[in-house]
Amino acid sequence: MRKLALSDRILMSVDKPARYIGNEWNSVMKEKADVKIRFALCFPDVYEIGMSHPGIQILYNMYNQRPDIWCERVYSPWTDLDQVMRERHIPLFAVESQDPVKEFDFLGITIQYEMCYTNILQILDLSQIPLQACDRTEEDPIVIGGGPCVYNPEPLADFFDLFYIGEGEVANLALMDLYLECKEQRTGRQEFLRRAAKLPGIYVPSLYQVSYNEDGTIGSFTPLCAETPEKVRKVIETELDDVYYPDAPVVPFIKVTQDRLVLEIQRGCIRGCRFCQAGMVYRPVRERSLSWLEEKASKMLKSTGHEEISLSSLSSSDYSQLEELIRFLIEEIGERKINISLPSLRIDAFSLDVMRRVQDVKKSSLTFAPEAGTQRLRDVINKGLTQEDILTGAAAAFEGGWNKVKLYFMLGLPSETEEDMEGIAVLSNEVARTYYDTVPREKRNGRVQVTASSSFFIPKPFTPFQWASMLEAEEYLDRARIVNHAMKEQLNRKSLNYQWHSPETTIIEGVLARGDRRVGAVIEAAYRNGCIYDAWTESFHYDKWMEAFEAVGIDYHFYTSRTRSPEEIFPWDFIDTGVTKEFLKREWKQAQEGKITPNCRVNCSGCGAKTFGGGVCYEAEN
Amino acid sequence: MKLRIKFAKSGCMKFIGHLDIMRYFQKAIRRAGIDIAYSEGFSPHQIMSFAAPLGVGLESEGEYLDIQVHSASSSRQMAKALNQAMTEGMKVRSVRRLPEDGKNAMSIVAAADYFVRFYGDCSQEFDAFMARKEISVVKKTKKNEVMLDIRPLIYDFRREESGIFLKLATGSVNNLKPELVMETFFSWIGKEWDPFCCQVCRLDLYAWADGRKPEEDAVSEESGAVLADCFISLEELGEVIGGVE
Repeated sequence: MRKLALSDRILMSVDKPARYIGNEWNSVMKEKADVKIRFALCFPDVYEIGMSHPGIQILYNMYNQRPDIWCERVYSPWTDLDQVMRERHIPLFAVESQDPVKEFDFLGITIQYEMCYTNILQILDLSQIPLQACDRTEEDPIVIGGGPCVYNPEPLADFFDLFYIGEGEVANLALMDLYLECKEQRTGRQEFLRRAAKLPGIYVPSLYQVSYNEDGTIGSFTPLCAETPEKVRKVIETELDDVYYPDAPVVPFIKVTQDRLVLEIQRGCIRGCRFCQAGMVYRPVRERSLSWLEEKASKMLKSTGHEEISLSSLSSSDYSQLEELIRFLIEEIGERKINISLPSLRIDAFSLDVMRRVQDVKKSSLTFAPEAGTQRLRDVINKGLTQEDILTGAAAAFEGGWNKVKLYFMLGLPSETEEDMEGIAVLSNEVARTYYDTVPREKRNGRVQVTASSSFFIPKPFTPFQWASMLEAEEYLDRARIVNHAMKEQLNRKSLNYQWHSPETTIIEGVLARGDRRVGAVIEAAYRNGCIYDAWTESFHYDKWMEAFEAVGIDYHFYTSRTRSPEEIFPWDFIDTGVTKEFLKREWKQAQEGKITPNCRVNCSGCGAKTFGGGVCYEAEN
Repeated sequence: MKLRIKFAKSGCMKFIGHLDIMRYFQKAIRRAGIDIAYSEGFSPHQIMSFAAPLGVGLESEGEYLDIQVHSASSSRQMAKALNQAMTEGMKVRSVRRLPEDGKNAMSIVAAADYFVRFYGDCSQEFDAFMARKEISVVKKTKKNEVMLDIRPLIYDFRREESGIFLKLATGSVNNLKPELVMETFFSWIGKEWDPFCCQVCRLDLYAWADGRKPEEDAVSEESGAVLADCFISLEELGEVIGGVE
């Protein structure tokens, strides 16, 4: 029978004990004695969030394909168990073997969003691994970071032994081989890290030195020894069909956030929205073939028993064989009663027809992401969605029976004026008006519901807006109030609903996104003050973060509202994403002039991603 | 065609609650390729119902779910296919066909056997506790508290070396949980009840053999019959498909 790390008494006293017991269908058990490497793969948030992430499933199964590696999963204990584990000094464990993480060779942490940074420290602390990489010994696991946030790993530099920059399938197994080699030669931890730093995509922060100018900006960023590369280039796969993708993902017992099978249809995005980090760092766009997707979908449905499948990509409508793929899935659905969910679809006649077939029109709502309230500002951010697109799409949807619409916006975008803010309300009203213009009174199913929500724009590294300044928390709130006020002035105000995000979370996320190594001390101080689960509104404590800034002696404005010059060396400049800084500067200038840049399929803008030798950059040549 | 599946749940699976066990079976049935029937409508769901929810923390040797199928292979083959789709701690014991007019397990379940296994001392005083004519407990409802005699709901009991066997009323009419019996017993002997001093295991679920509860005089002392003998296990209400299980 399975042994469990926690007693019945503890498990029965915490919420959802199924988070901690493992044993899920398709989870992988091996004999400890049969493997050479034990890898703990961690998503530093609660189980239901972590289990919803397809990337973990890919890496988990990829490692476990190797007979000499046993990869297990680790999640953040929820706050109730966190407290129990601290009180009783119970070391954090992996869910499969239930063995302490500190006994593993590696602890690999995926870093998906900035607001999980204190949870990373929670994971290390509960695992009884020293928080600072420099305090770790030969006995401790090698701590690796990966995922989108490593495109600026600097705020976390002190806590990680190495970062893996790029797509996990490319070089992780080579890294494992290097580890085995070093283990055999008994080289020790430091030598392993020195050798790892020479592998493509690997960044070992302790092998680099940063100096600062008097104004606090970075003066130089240099490797400590000659053999360590100055720049770390992201690693990506060019032929996705040849890349490992699991046939049998783990099936959780409890309902998780994404409680369905996820089929990744492509990587990257052709659109080039200037605020979007994913759209820049995942370039170039690479598609999986239709036949590959059909085969995977069938295999995975069979192996998991899932009743729902979701297509995953940044912009599904841009997948070149979408119609064929959906036709295939609908046939499968008929056979097996599968639900299908289609996020990130452009609303047009085709997608409405598909949605009518796969979901309940009465219950579902349509989502548009105009991001900005006026065409001028949409041009600034290069969001190629016009008011006409939205209203035509909405009209077609209303005729098809929908009467709920969600609109997503950002506030605090570069160059935003009061007219742009009010534009959010005006556009929302136009959508509502379209309903009353399109649907005759006798056919109306009650009032139309238009829900507009705004988040506050946070400039991210490797985007054209990486030079942009942020606002003060109060200014963000003022802008939300202007929108809210304008909503109340609209003719169809009773059909409109407006929600906005917390400006305080925005400030912290902004600091972490563009922070440098000195921010690490703030994260640690905030953690020591009791901050964990910052991504969860109920456990986010702005005051504790502010105390942390004060204790460390850092003015957060340096990272948020300061004006950055085009010449400034950014903390993340040592990373080569393929997309050049010159291109980003060009785009920043285009933005300031309100000029749009066409998408990759219309015209190549020479971003630099072509150097990877694959994907959309070569489509025209085939 | 209606099928009745009997399964056991043990080890770490005891931490998976009833709703998640339902979801678990929906997926396991797909994996096993059972030709289950779906409801009509926009979001079709499998036609499936469970006999009686089992509390989190309890193990069981005899849980039941009834499903509707379009076609079926043999009992043995279906049990095998399902067991290949089970996680550790879950075991399908049997798959049987119900008669066309067979009632859902949920609607007929009337009793359940439990074994309360003690990790330490099993109290000698249980016989004395059970010898009482009436065992009153305070039952809290939304509005007030009422006194309830649980003695008639305990159909049978037996003290064994490692623990206590109980046959308790189960279902929608009368329902008694073994935890309540133990808690009441401990309070009677003046000890604090600690739910972690034992492991409760449900052994089987039963319906009334005659379809309903016997009249009181039919099981009086004079008649010689005992209530505990008036049950039939839910499994026995179905028949094996294909000769052998």
